[in-house]
Order: sequence, then C-alpha cells, then structure tokens
Amino acid sequence: MPSVSSTLTMPLMVGTVLGVVGFISVVAMILVYAERKVAAHFQCRLGPMRVGWHGTLQSIADSLKLFLKEDIVPTKADHLLHAFAPVISVMAAILTLIAIPFSSHLVLADVSIGVLYVSAVSGIGVLGILLGGWSSNNKWSLLGAMRAGAQIISYELSVTLSLLVIILFAGSLRLTDIVHSQEAGWWIWRAPGVGLLAFVLFLIASTAEINRTPFDLAEGESELTAGFHTEYSGLRFAFFFLAEYMNLFIVAAMGATLFWGGWMPLHIGGFTAFNQLMDFIPGTVWFFGKVITLIFVIMWFRWTFPRLRVDQLMSLEWKVLMPLGFLNLLVAAFLSLFGWYFFPLVF
Amino acid sequence: MVTTTLSLSSVPISSLDKRIQSLENEQSSLGTQEYFVNMGPQHPSTHGVLRLVLHLDGETVKEVIPVLGYVHRGMEKKCEFIGYRQQVHLTDRLDYLCALMNNWAISHAIEKALNIELNERIQVVRTILAELQRIQSHQLWWGVFGMDLGAFTPFLYGFRDREKITAIFEDTIGARLTMNFIQPGGLMFDITSDFAQKVKEFIAYFKPILNEYDELFSGNIIVQERLRNVGILDAKTAISIGTTGPILRASGVAHDLRKLEPYGVYSQVQFDVPVGATGDCWDRYQVRMQEMRESIKIVEQLIDNIPEGKHMVMKFGAKIRVPEGVYYSEMETARGIYGNFIVADGSEKPYRLHMRTPNFNNLWSIIRMAPGLRIADLVTILSSIDIVVPDIDR
Repeated sequence: MPSVSSTLTMPLMVGTVLGVVGFISVVAMILVYAERKVAAHFQCRLGPMRVGWHGTLQSIADSLKLFLKEDIVPTKADHLLHAFAPVISVMAAILTLIAIPFSSHLVLADVSIGVLYVSAVSGIGVLGILLGGWSSNNKWSLLGAMRAGAQIISYELSVTLSLLVIILFAGSLRLTDIVHSQEAGWWIWRAPGVGLLAFVLFLIASTAEINRTPFDLAEGESELTAGFHTEYSGLRFAFFFLAEYMNLFIVAAMGATLFWGGWMPLHIGGFTAFNQLMDFIPGTVWFFGKVITLIFVIMWFRWTFPRLRVDQLMSLEWKVLMPLGFLNLLVAAFLSLFGWYFFPLVF
Repeated sequence: MVTTTLSLSSVPISSLDKRIQSLENEQSSLGTQEYFVNMGPQHPSTHGVLRLVLHLDGETVKEVIPVLGYVHRGMEKKCEFIGYRQQVHLTDRLDYLCALMNNWAISHAIEKALNIELNERIQVVRTILAELQRIQSHQLWWGVFGMDLGAFTPFLYGFRDREKITAIFEDTIGARLTMNFIQPGGLMFDITSDFAQKVKEFIAYFKPILNEYDELFSGNIIVQERLRNVGILDAKTAISIGTTGPILRASGVAHDLRKLEPYGVYSQVQFDVPVGATGDCWDRYQVRMQEMRESIKIVEQLIDNIPEGKHMVMKFGAKIRVPEGVYYSEMETARGIYGNFIVADGSEKPYRLHMRTPNFNNLWSIIRMAPGLRIADLVTILSSIDIVVPDIDR
C-alpha cells in the first residue's frame, strides 16, 4: 500500500481537506439536530419545529448565531492558550476521522497501525479540554478540566483493552483488515462471549471518554455551571461543541468498525438467499446504519441516566472496568490461540 | 427535650475577605492550596439567588458559608404598613410553590385572633387545595432534583405533571402561581362546579405516573449510589437547627403539624406520616415520594363529598381590625412549618409581624451535612433540602 502523501497531488489534498471539514460540519449539524429531537421525544415534547420542515434547519440557524456572537475572553485569561485550546480539540477529531473506513472504497488514509493511530490521536483531544480549563482563569473551569483529565486518561485504558481483544482475533491493526476479517460474521458474536463483553466495556468507556452523560463530569452543568467551557463563547465555544459531536461520531464509527463489521453486510452462515439480499445494500449504508444505531444508544444514555460522582467514576474504572478488561483480554488470548471462535475456517 | 449547644459557624461577611486573603498566602508542604469559591448568586443549582461561599480542598468541601439577602424585600416590615387585609397577598411571594398554604397560614392567624368559625365547606376546600399544592410542589422538586443529579428528563416530566394541577388552579382560581385565593374569613370565591371532576381526573392520571417516576429515577443504580449515605443529618442535629418538614421527618422524627395539631379537616382523614431512618438524601427523597402518595389519599377521601355552604363566612372591607394581643399560628407547608407571629395593637395594621419560614432553618442544615463531601454531593444535599430562596430572604 503506497503512503497517503505520495498518491495525492496538491489539488487533491486541498480538496480532501475541504471535504473533511465540510463533512464534519455537516455531520455535527445533523448530530446536534438528532440529539435535540431524540431528547425532545424522550421528554414528551416536540423539539425544534419552527426553522424549516420539522426544524431541520435549526442547526444552521444555531451555527449562524454562534458565528455572529461576540467572542468574550476573560481579561485575566491566558489569551494564547484560550484561543488555541478549542483548535486542539477539533484537530484531534479531524485527524482521527481520516483513518476510518466508510466503505470498501472510501478510505481517506488506510494507516497500517489504524487502531493505534485512532486511540493515540483521539487522546490529544483531552489536551484541548485541559488547556481550555486552565487558561480560562476560572476555578470552576479548572475543576472541570482536572476532572476531564483524570477521567479521559483513566477510561482510555478500558477502551484500549477492549480494542485489543478484537486486534487479537483479527490479527491486524489496519482498520480495513479488521473489517475484512468480519466477512463471515461480526466480532461481537464471532468471538464467543469476549466479543460481547469487550463491546459493552468499549461502549461504557467510550461514553466516558467523550464526556457524555452519565460521565459528563467535565461539564457537569448543575455542579460546575459549564465546566471547562464556562468562559467560552461564540465561535470558540462552537469549536468545542463541534469536537464533542465529532468525537461522538468517531466513537460510534470505531464501535461499528471493530465490533459490528464496519461496512460489511449482515451475513448468516448457510442462508444464501438472505446473504445475497443483504449484499445488495451498499456498504456505506451498512456503515452509517450501524453508526446511527450506536449514536442513538449513546444519546439514549444521556437522556435517561443521571451523572456519576467524581470518586464513583474513578472507582468504576479502576475497580470494575479495568480488571474486567484485563480478564476479558486474557480469556480472548486463549480463545484466539486455540482458534475457539466461530467460523475460524472461513477466516 | 434535646439541649445541645451548636457551634454553627458564625462568620460575619466582612471577615470573609480577610479569610480568603489569609488562605491565599498560606501554602502547605506539598504545594497544594485550599481555596474559596463562590457558588452563586448566579449558579444553576442554587435555585435562585442564593450565594454559598465554599471552602474547597480540590473537590472536597471543607466548609459552606451561606450568604443571604439577595432577594430580601423587607416583607415583615412591609406588613407593618399595609395592614392585615393586604399582607395575605404578600405571603404568596414567600414560598411561591406553597402560595395557597401560606395564604391559609396567615389567614388562620387572623381568624384565630378574630374568633371566626369557618364552615365545613371552606375547611374541606382549603384542605384539598393545600394537598394538591403539596403534590405540585413535590413534583417540581422531583424534576429539579433529577436535573441537579445530571438527568434532564425528570425535569420535563415533573413540569408536565405539575402543569395538570396548575391547570386545575387556573380554572378554579384564575391564577397559576401567586393565587391569593384563601383569605381571612373564607375563600376569595366559590370553587367551580367541575372542580371535583377535574381533581378526580388528575388523580386517576397521576397515580400510575408516580410509579413511572420510580421506574425512571428511583430504581436507577446511579441514583441510589448518589443518594444513599450522603448528607446524613441525625435527629438531634435536625431538631437543634430547627429544621422542619420532610427534612426533619427523614431524620426519623415524625413531626407533622397535620397530625400533631390538626387544622382544616386533617383530623377527619386517614393518612400516614412517612418517616426516614438514617436521614440521608435517599430518605429525604423517599419521604417526599411517599408524601405525594399520602396527599393523594387525603384528596381522595375528601373530594367526593365537599359539603355545601357559603364560600365566605365573613366578608371584610378594605381593613381588618385585630384586637390587641399576641397571636401565633403555624402550618405544615410542603417544606416545613410556616408560622406567623403577630403582635397586634388594635389597629388595622400589625405592630410587628414575624414570619417563621421553613426554608431559613432548613438551609442551615447544609453547613452540618456538606463538610467532607464532594461538590457534587453538596448539590445533591442542597437539592434534597428543597429550598426556595425568596422564602429564606423574605
């Protein structure tokens, strides 16, 4: 596989960058709209209904508002870091996104260490939050940032441990290889038991990593007013917002790619007619269908659960999730060593 | 009698700056520093304009210093000028979620002073309205409690169901929040003919909803973890601070004026007083949830046979003259005991009126409960006390 830079000419690269930026803006807008609608229907109300058909243009109106708003920086803030922090968060999200395979042909950068790359780069996002909280010169912001720092670094462990299970079975770090290894069945049920447990751990830990309820301690609006972005407004706030929703998309995309077969259609061994019917649905539709399902589940969490306390959050990770993750990895290692998983011959 | 001397932290506000200054200068050996931070007067979970000065060590609360007075309107002083007739309307603005109960409490004091005997209809209607308002107040508390714990959905559910009672009040009384309905000598006007029907419809609607509340919120593992053994207030401290209402009852003291000194028609109805065991946030939560069920029970017993009669046994003009003397009346509102102490000099205005509002005393329990816990627990405790700030400041 040739490296990305050698295959792309200059105009193509600019086009790619613009495409990615356009894509993330559109996805974030759709997600914000979806979140508002999901929340509304969970809460027995309608949500946005006025701007466009069923409020579909609400996100555009909102982003316009954020663009036009005054950008307020506290006098005693660290101006350079204050301006730089949201950019780091968004950059981390964009860089992560380019490695994700959307379908068999639509892969921007097929990195040979894809899983490692994604977990490493998405970890940079926490720097933005930490700097944002620190530079605001506000005690509430700082508290939120410190919470986020401790939380994201801790939960990164559980995410990685659950990803390692799939890497063991797939035998590759390349995301496209992992997708291809799921041709006969998705890892969530092909790896007996451990796949499902790894998926549950991944879902919980990822929800914590992207700071969403029940793990939204960094924002914790009833405790810390708005946590790390208390002192942000206008476009900079919009950047944090954008990063938050991009991370939601990335987590769902990673979950779909590693556990639910990415763009692979649903195949059931022996059901030839059914399998052929499933093949008619294009890969992109499969991929986005899975991503949307996962996003809905994460939104479901948010509008049902209350928030954990900071010490409970830590004990959940270090006393429950991480030991479970290690145990799961150990079992998975034996299973993959002896080939005790479903359809090993096909693979 | 419990006689404990309390060392409530009595910090004059003028000295706060000095304390903050001195703390900023001192540093411990590890290079960490404790700090003060303002929670409020503009903060999402202080439920209004309450200001709490927190002394924090990282996330741990070392001390809470409530600073009051941001909505002080001089109500007691005002009452000395506007007289007995008008002061009833001011009580709506104390604890605005218990407007009718406050109206009733001050009317009761004046009725006691003037020896007015009310008929059964007035008493029954007052009791029904008071219990409906207790449910309404607890619904709002439940919603806000959910939001303070980080769950937004209960907030909307609480308000949705509260709206049903508000609609009943709007149809009957004409106002939704500050109702001015209960007056010395009776009710402002008679209830509508379909009042009983509407209340019955509401009860039929709300009974299954209460179970839904439990399903959505009470049974949740996170809620249980957040509430159990958090903010324990033992009975002795609760009594010595002077807390009343659900907070006192959650600490294990079955003190409910509706049972102890029945007013209205509470002596004729069957109901239980829910009592907690340990006095933690979970007990306070459960006491309020049970109280809603008990209130439904009371309303159910009364709604079918509201006696006939006049809605006002004595109609006053613009002025009420209260004979010279000292009068006190107290009532159990949704948050505790609201008492009125009136010193009358025989004119149409009180010489002095003191309002003993429940939230003022209840608030101070926080400085006993919060130290040693996290900021998130402080928010939970504050929400479990269920304060209404205009009632504290008056």
